[in-house]
Amino acid sequence: MPSATFSIWRGDRESGGLKDYSTEVSEGMVVLDAVHKIQAEQANDLSLRWNCKAGKCGSCSAEINGLPKLMCMTRLNTLPLDRPVTVEPMRSFPPIKDLVTDVSWNFRVKQGIKKFKPRPPDAPDGTWRMAQQDIDRVQEFRKCIECFLCQDVCHVLREHHHFDGFAGPRYFVHIAALEMHPLDVEDRVEELKKAHGIGYCNITTCCRKVCPESITITENAIIPLKERVADHFYDPLSRLFRMFQSKKKEGTHAGTETAAQGRDSGSAGAR
Amino acid sequence: MPDYQTHTYDVLVIGAGGAGLSAAIEASSAGVSVGVICKSLLGKAHTVMAEGGIAAAMGNVDERDNWRVHFADTMRGGQYLNNWRMAELHAKEAPDCVRELEAWGALFDRTKDGRILQRNFGGHRYPRLAHVGDRTGLEMIRTLQDHGIHQGIAVHMECTVLRLLTADGRVVGAFGYDRERGRFLLFQAKAIVLATGGIGRAFKITSNSWEYTGDGHALAYHAGAALMDMEFVQFHPTGMVWPPSVMGILVTEGVRGEGGVLRNKEGRRFMFDDIPELYRAQTADNEEEGWRYTQGDRNARRPPELLTRDHVARCIVREIKEGRGSPHGGVFLDISWIKERLPKAEEHIKKKLPSMYHQFKQLADIDITKEPMEVGPTTHYMMGGVQVDGDTQMSTVPGLFAAGECAAGLHGANRLGGNSLSDLLVFGKRAGRYAAAFAKENTAGAIDADQIQQAAAAALQPFERSGSEGPYQVQQKLQEIMQDLVGIVRTESEMKQALVEVEKLRQRAAKVSVQGNREYNNGWHTALDLPNMLTVSEAVTRAAIEREESRGAHFREDHTAKSAEFGKINIVIGKGADGETKIARRPIPEMPAELKQTIEEMQ
Ligand SMILES: Cc1cc2nc3c(=O)[nH]c(=O)nc-3n(C[C@H](O)[C@H](O)[C@H](O)COP(=O)(O)OP(=O)(O)OC[C@H]3O[C@@H](n4cnc5c(N)ncnc54)[C@H](O)[C@@H]3O)c2cc1C
Ligand code: SF4
Ligand code: SF4
Ligand code: FES
Repeated sequence: MPSATFSIWRGDRESGGLKDYSTEVSEGMVVLDAVHKIQAEQANDLSLRWNCKAGKCGSCSAEINGLPKLMCMTRLNTLPLDRPVTVEPMRSFPPIKDLVTDVSWNFRVKQGIKKFKPRPPDAPDGTWRMAQQDIDRVQEFRKCIECFLCQDVCHVLREHHHFDGFAGPRYFVHIAALEMHPLDVEDRVEELKKAHGIGYCNITTCCRKVCPESITITENAIIPLKERVADHFYDPLSRLFRMFQSKKKEGTHAGTETAAQGRDSGSAGAR
Repeated sequence: MPDYQTHTYDVLVIGAGGAGLSAAIEASSAGVSVGVICKSLLGKAHTVMAEGGIAAAMGNVDERDNWRVHFADTMRGGQYLNNWRMAELHAKEAPDCVRELEAWGALFDRTKDGRILQRNFGGHRYPRLAHVGDRTGLEMIRTLQDHGIHQGIAVHMECTVLRLLTADGRVVGAFGYDRERGRFLLFQAKAIVLATGGIGRAFKITSNSWEYTGDGHALAYHAGAALMDMEFVQFHPTGMVWPPSVMGILVTEGVRGEGGVLRNKEGRRFMFDDIPELYRAQTADNEEEGWRYTQGDRNARRPPELLTRDHVARCIVREIKEGRGSPHGGVFLDISWIKERLPKAEEHIKKKLPSMYHQFKQLADIDITKEPMEVGPTTHYMMGGVQVDGDTQMSTVPGLFAAGECAAGLHGANRLGGNSLSDLLVFGKRAGRYAAAFAKENTAGAIDADQIQQAAAAALQPFERSGSEGPYQVQQKLQEIMQDLVGIVRTESEMKQALVEVEKLRQRAAKVSVQGNREYNNGWHTALDLPNMLTVSEAVTRAAIEREESRGAHFREDHTAKSAEFGKINIVIGKGADGETKIARRPIPEMPAELKQTIEEMQ
């Protein structure tokens, strides 16, 4: 069997560096397999996260040859093996040990986002009616596996360390999923600007490019949200319109539907 | 005394998959304080991987469906060893649980009139699985997680429980460590819900993650609770077989539900060759009828590819053994053929099975819209587990509850696809409700310092040894033994051999050493998982030797027939006073006349 060299970052909270390991590789292997083999045979105390081995859980995020990727979905035959493959932890988060980083900040951000609030049920049995085409668009956002690779590449976090007051692309996707949910009647536009700092995003699209679920983060989630923010804060006419709408929103069920449609058409231009 | 941090809750939930989160949400809404512990990060539990859907007789696609049909299907699938009370409650309560998920924000695929769409799955008479493409588990766990974090539940991520603490015959707490720093933790609780999932890591070829080391089963056993149905391990018929590194990764049954067919290397649809008597009346006898069924024709019967998993898995093994397998030791599963029948078949496949498309494309360079997949059986699900009361989910130890995959009863000898996700919702909720009630009725028990001392000392031993082998070699050896000797086809002599080997591994496990320190040390974590894997492996093997018949997922080459006598009992395993394993046959309680009649009517 041919062998390949992997330069894996070993270290802890204070310090660390790349360490080379050579191991045999075989057809079809992914980076996670190689790291596991090294762990079992040469470095029992090597730390990493993984669960599903099939791109479904978002645990095994790392930087492979400098690019943010899932280790379990990165085939060795897509990498040049004539030189060492570097495997490093996500650099935007504090290191814990080896490939494991402290991602707890992400969980705290989510806690600060207003939860789903549905309109009253459509049918007497307490259920709702929704058309497939209305949910297709939101389902894209709901594919997110919370791998945090998009957070890792976003320069607002990576270079400017804006961990206070910027939610990051993962959570713009989450907010978009809530705001565009056909049943949701909550309003998160004020916080988007203030607490979640969507204004810091200058649409570099780096996040979209690394998303393993191919979610069109910038075009489908961030830009429509930015437009809602712009409408809300800077457009006096639409502000008046909204005041009127939100009164209706509290009133009848039919009113909320119009409100939802109104919001949606506001973003249609961006797509 | 070892150093540890203490946390106190009314109800402690061990596990943050579908069952654990449902239990935690329900318990906290009953007004008690709740803590949840999980080995991985929140949202990464096994539930996230579920693909096909949630079984619930809502009747949205076929109004002939109702709880009675679902109940009868579940019992037939389980070969009547199921806890019938659980099967009844499950069938009755699943629809409301699915609707509740929707009220919390889950977005399921829709019917034309805007209701929740349901799909066909093996062993279910009508289209019954609520789903979101093939990522239903993700939708479910995310919905529960996002709802739960606003309920005031305390979540301890990346913490592992090592031992349950007992006093005066009831459970009073749990002792464990946090993975990040390796510090010990004491959880004091009035009631504990185990929701730790399965045991698949005890086998070599598995769809399960590193978490599935049977912790909950072992924790319960050592706390004095009875385990039941441990011989029933489900081998899913379709796991990936190539490339070697992805062997075992699941290929959802949804592929067959959407019209995918199984063929051997001669191109024959071998599933037509062996249709069991119990299912003959409900199974198509020609390809045309089978296809019509998958396309929603209500007068057609299901194709034999959608027979129960145990049967399909064994047919595949037969084809491979008799030399009719595919090049890499599996059989062919083909969905691409539907282009002969459907316009825009490629798009249809990508829409209905997006993550399967992705998985094969990326991991095996195979485009499933154009060519067949190669598949073979993979260890998938544990039917057996903690014996519980059907209504309350309490185990035989007061204050200790269990729900989800680590509990036994609902599925009997074989689980139907989709019946697990609904199980998590229905019984997670029940466990949460009754655990909260128990906590309200009881005060906190006294913690026995000796138990903590022992657990801490045992946990640190691997650091004190040096020079001996590491934990991974022992783990790999165990996986090989279980796969080879206690797998899909079993015989007494091989299983007795397995017991001998497991004992040898127990000795080796007691000597493993680990390098490094306590901070996020995967080697140490693996060393601590080993005793649990050995405990469950032994329980599985003993129960499998005891059941001298073939039924559901348990197939004995030396007893190929079903036996009426074994049809009346569950096998129960417990820990004796001197630490020895006790094995007993427990008669299945008599089913009420009403349920019996339901089964008759649904034949
Ligand atoms: C690939 C795949 C596809 C599947 N598809 C379907 C499907 O379509 N439909 C269906 O119904 N079922 C399906 N199943 C089965 C179903 O997903 C599982 O049975 C179910 O998710 C188990 O849920 P659970 O809540 O019991 O456990 P899990 O979701 O596995 O959660 C277990 C939890 O316990 C924690 N834990 C374990 N041990 C400890 C410990 N010692 N200390 C602290 N925490 C601990 C874990 O960290 C985890 O949080 C599928 C399974 C797989 C593997
Ligand atoms: S597009 Fe915005 S959110 Fe995405 S990486 Fe760039 S700045 Fe960050
Ligand atoms: S949006 Fe994409 S990259 Fe970001 S966390 Fe979700 S799946 Fe990962
Ligand atoms: S291990 Fe789950 S995404 Fe890689």
